[in-house]
Amino acid sequence: MSILLTFLSGTAEGLWWAILTIGVYITYRLLDFADLTVEGSLPLGAAVTAVMINAGVNPILAVLISFLAGCAAGFSTGILNTLCKIPPILAGILTMIALYSVNLRIMSDKATVTITSETLKEQTMNLLKISNVNLNSVVIGVIFCAVIIAVLYLFFGTEIGAAIRATGQNKNMSRALGINTNVMTVIALMISNGLVALSGSLIAQFDYGSAIVTMGQGSIVIGLASVIIGEVIFCHKDHNFAYKLSAMVFGAIIYRCIIAFALRINIFKATDLKIMTAVIVAFALSLPVIKEKLAIRKMKIAHIKENAAQEGKKHA
Amino acid sequence: MLDLISVNKSFNIGTVNEKHVLRNLNLHIDDGDFITVIGGNGAGKSTMLNVICGAYIPESGKIILDKTDITYFSEWQRAKFLGRVFQDPMMGTAPNMQIEENLALAFRRTKRRGLSWGITEREKEIYHTSLAKLGLGLENRMTSKVGLLSGGQRQAVTLLMATIQRPRLLLLDEHTAALDPKTAAKVLELTNEIVTQNNLTTIMITHNMKDAINIGNRLIMMHEGHIIYEVSGEEKRNLQVSDLLKKFEEASNGEFANDRMMLS
Repeated sequence: MSILLTFLSGTAEGLWWAILTIGVYITYRLLDFADLTVEGSLPLGAAVTAVMINAGVNPILAVLISFLAGCAAGFSTGILNTLCKIPPILAGILTMIALYSVNLRIMSDKATVTITSETLKEQTMNLLKISNVNLNSVVIGVIFCAVIIAVLYLFFGTEIGAAIRATGQNKNMSRALGINTNVMTVIALMISNGLVALSGSLIAQFDYGSAIVTMGQGSIVIGLASVIIGEVIFCHKDHNFAYKLSAMVFGAIIYRCIIAFALRINIFKATDLKIMTAVIVAFALSLPVIKEKLAIRKMKIAHIKENAAQEGKKHA
Repeated sequence: MLDLISVNKSFNIGTVNEKHVLRNLNLHIDDGDFITVIGGNGAGKSTMLNVICGAYIPESGKIILDKTDITYFSEWQRAKFLGRVFQDPMMGTAPNMQIEENLALAFRRTKRRGLSWGITEREKEIYHTSLAKLGLGLENRMTSKVGLLSGGQRQAVTLLMATIQRPRLLLLDEHTAALDPKTAAKVLELTNEIVTQNNLTTIMITHNMKDAINIGNRLIMMHEGHIIYEVSGEEKRNLQVSDLLKKFEEASNGEFANDRMMLS
């Protein structure tokens, strides 16, 4: 029973982080842009949400506004990269570091802002009459993820969406085909960071119950881990886009479940979370190399055996 | 239709590696011209195309297309008028997108992109017929990723992409140089077909002197950033490779002796 409960809470958490994962997927895979802005836009979404809900704003409206705030963060990174020609990683770091100050401003210099008014969590629990917190989170999380996947699937099928995908793969070709690659890069970064902030908003409401200025630390690694887990387990090259985005959601859930189960083992403390994440990502990233090495080893052994067999024939 | 007026382009200005590539380059192109460009390495052939397509902005000089001064137009703005095929087969396509998706991107070269569908059923029929004309069987593989195609097939697709919306000017930058001789000949044949059928104005850089003589109505030879020899019409048709080599040496005072091997 307790295993089932761990699984349920892992799934609930995973669904909020899945939205961040989808955001990371857009920049990292579609745009080929390792975007560290994420670490700042996640707490940005949470901060905006906490402060607004405490000020009496409707939680749903707060979610939408945090999405827009994330878009602004992505816009900043996009401008630094495209107009100022600052390399992707550095452009992201600059926005991220700036956002730390911005977030503290929004939270009136407090490291944590607890949400005191009614959040989307309480509202939905009252509405759906689900008494289990995690079950309620799962239901709402699935709805959010499904809507986001549907919208993105449609968007990336449009002319602008196709132009963004083309920009990520071949900028030279894109420009030769009349695509303004700068604009496409900025749009993709805005959508991505908007989703990350939205994820932060939902994490603050459903999971933490507060906004914490440091909650973004390591979030890019969590996002990448989930992307890679999703790809390794579920994706093949020819799958369609909606399927790939769904794989990202499952990647995030699996990642959260791994962490949740690892934390149940007594030798790990909650503070070991970051090193566990690093190990999982390092392992997942080196999987292709490990696979190749193993394949070569197998061929080598077969080769040696074959040679030995031929030698044996000669002697006989 | 296109005029380059005393165009200058240098690289690494102010360093010891400063290189003045295009020197007061003047070129006039008429509607329907098919120009082949030859010249040694570093003569400025590719730089000339890059200045025309907007990848480089010249330090001085003007680029006039159909009476519009496009000298300071950005690359994507000029794409409205230009079709381009690159030397590297990897450069002209998006490898992880399907053949039809690549064509759909090219189909929108001249249009403003919005939120309508990136590809429609009606277009797919156009792509099917156009691909069939290439004679490579690609019309049956429209949903294959372009990354799976060979270099020659990719160049053929890129050529189709460059011309699926009629360009005012087609720029071919040694687009057969990276292919094996047989494939190169096939792609060149396709090029000739497409250009003549649609009466496209074209500039083609080549390292193959025979091709330069046999194809097109004008031939220009570049050296040290400007045009040193130009021939067209009847005179061009009667040209021999040996004549070209002689011209090379005359124009460059024997400097070309070293390049000669490479060019023949």
